[in-house]
Amino acid sequence: MRAALEIATDVRSGARRAREVVEESLRAIENREPDVHAFTLVLRDEAMAAADAIDAAVQRGEDPGPLAGVPIALKDNLCTRGVPTTCSSRILDGWRPPYSATVVDRVVAAGAVVIGKTNLDEFAMGSSTENSAFGPTRNPHDLDRVPGGSSGGSAAAVAAGFAPVALGSDTGGSIRQPAALCGVVGVKPTYGRVSRYGLVAFASSLDQIGPFANSVADAALVFDVIAGPDPLDSTSIVDVPEPVLPVLDDGVAGLRVGIIEELMDVDGVQPEVHAAVERAGAALKDAGAAVERVSVPSATYGLAAYYLIAPAEASSNLARYDGVRYGLRVDGDDVASMNARTRDAGFGPEVKRRIMLGTYALSAGYYDAYYGQAQRVRTLIIRDFERVYRECDVLLSPTSPTVAFKLGAKTGEPLAMYLSDVCTIATNLAGHPAISVPFGTGEAGLPVGVQVLAPALGEPIMFRVAKALEDAR
Amino acid sequence: MPVRITRADVEHVARLARLALTEEEIEQLTGELETILEHAAAVSTLDLAGVPPTAHPLPLVNVLRADVVRPPLDRAEVLAQAPDVEDGRFRVPRILDAP
Repeated sequence: MRAALEIATDVRSGARRAREVVEESLRAIENREPDVHAFTLVLRDEAMAAADAIDAAVQRGEDPGPLAGVPIALKDNLCTRGVPTTCSSRILDGWRPPYSATVVDRVVAAGAVVIGKTNLDEFAMGSSTENSAFGPTRNPHDLDRVPGGSSGGSAAAVAAGFAPVALGSDTGGSIRQPAALCGVVGVKPTYGRVSRYGLVAFASSLDQIGPFANSVADAALVFDVIAGPDPLDSTSIVDVPEPVLPVLDDGVAGLRVGIIEELMDVDGVQPEVHAAVERAGAALKDAGAAVERVSVPSATYGLAAYYLIAPAEASSNLARYDGVRYGLRVDGDDVASMNARTRDAGFGPEVKRRIMLGTYALSAGYYDAYYGQAQRVRTLIIRDFERVYRECDVLLSPTSPTVAFKLGAKTGEPLAMYLSDVCTIATNLAGHPAISVPFGTGEAGLPVGVQVLAPALGEPIMFRVAKALEDAR
Repeated sequence: MPVRITRADVEHVARLARLALTEEEIEQLTGELETILEHAAAVSTLDLAGVPPTAHPLPLVNVLRADVVRPPLDRAEVLAQAPDVEDGRFRVPRILDAP
């Protein structure tokens, strides 16, 4: 699959038709989608019609925009007006949203062609895309292994060449971890940098939408299109961002890079992953950066805090699935029993587990010991990062402690699955941006991702460092 | 810190969460919640006196936007998504006890 930047340049100049680009995507999907299962829905006819409209616009002398003719895959928790949006859950059976997410409107307005909706762990709860009501997605590098999650369908779609770019959502690592496991670039922007309007809510103080791509430049291209304020999301940051694409090649000379000690030595980090981060540090040093070890002590408490805060917010957000306004309804004698029976039939095991966990953590008598304490840990993490970012411009760590694991390896042990998010979670709790860049291979020749973390609104420097790593591969 | 989750706890929380769990689900969740909470309890033993809680990563207060009329969602399109409607409204089973 060609780079999105190249596709857009060719389609805008008339050198290549959007129709050819989309046909190429659809052929790739036809060949490998039965094995990979990246999609919940492929929008074949809609994509062809959209491509023809873009070609017609070019013919008329109009510019379709910076993503002209670029096929894009959308995680199926992003609302698309009139097109089924499932969250990979039975409870949204048959739902066609009456509006589109702001990010969907933005990429389409920039000329992108939506090629399909991608599979996810139900309501984005999981780290392997095995918690989907429609069956798991498989890793294009090894079909016996998971693509990571929860945005596993979007990561696999880009890795398999179904689309050059995709969108996902990241609440505790759900873009970066699957990007690492599938060998693609994945970006979790600063909280509030990208509008969440039309993203089906999981944990509202942590959720953020971001791009997947085969290169840092393509990820930057999509980021520049989706970033920016939105009156429909009161938590979006009002300042208009400077585009990151023009500064990608500014290099890293003079930058201060810290390698997070606690995340290098966390339980279960594979030696090849550890070595990849060391090599990434060395590569940045060669490129002119100052690299040192730093300590973020509270990072180790992040996981426990996250698995109280995220379920607590989820238990509240998912109260809306009550069988009244949309999706599934299982009848009952009265409203309460209809609600409870609908929810038991519609939610899968992991979603129920998190709703129960969150409801417990918020319930009378336990609120302070669990949710209250977790919120204080969140403050500690923010303070630790503030201190470290006085000495460093960016930080490095593994994205995931391991390469892609086998399907079924962790499905019986919720806690073991949660531990695969240990390196990505602190970023969400702090509201900071981070990016995963493929950097070498590990066990069984599978891709390894290195994570670059930056302070809030530090995307320009974060992308520059990611580009330097990509260039050093 | 040891955490003890009983079957009664699970039944109570399921009622709060409006989940009509099956017998097997109650059984399984009793053990699972205990395991997960034991791990999460790491935070409840920390001495965090004097550390303020963070509910949200952005210091936002009273976000306002211009009071401009914009088209709302299409009523028919919204109602078309509901499992049951009557006279332009959502229809549900009885709410009060009286039949």
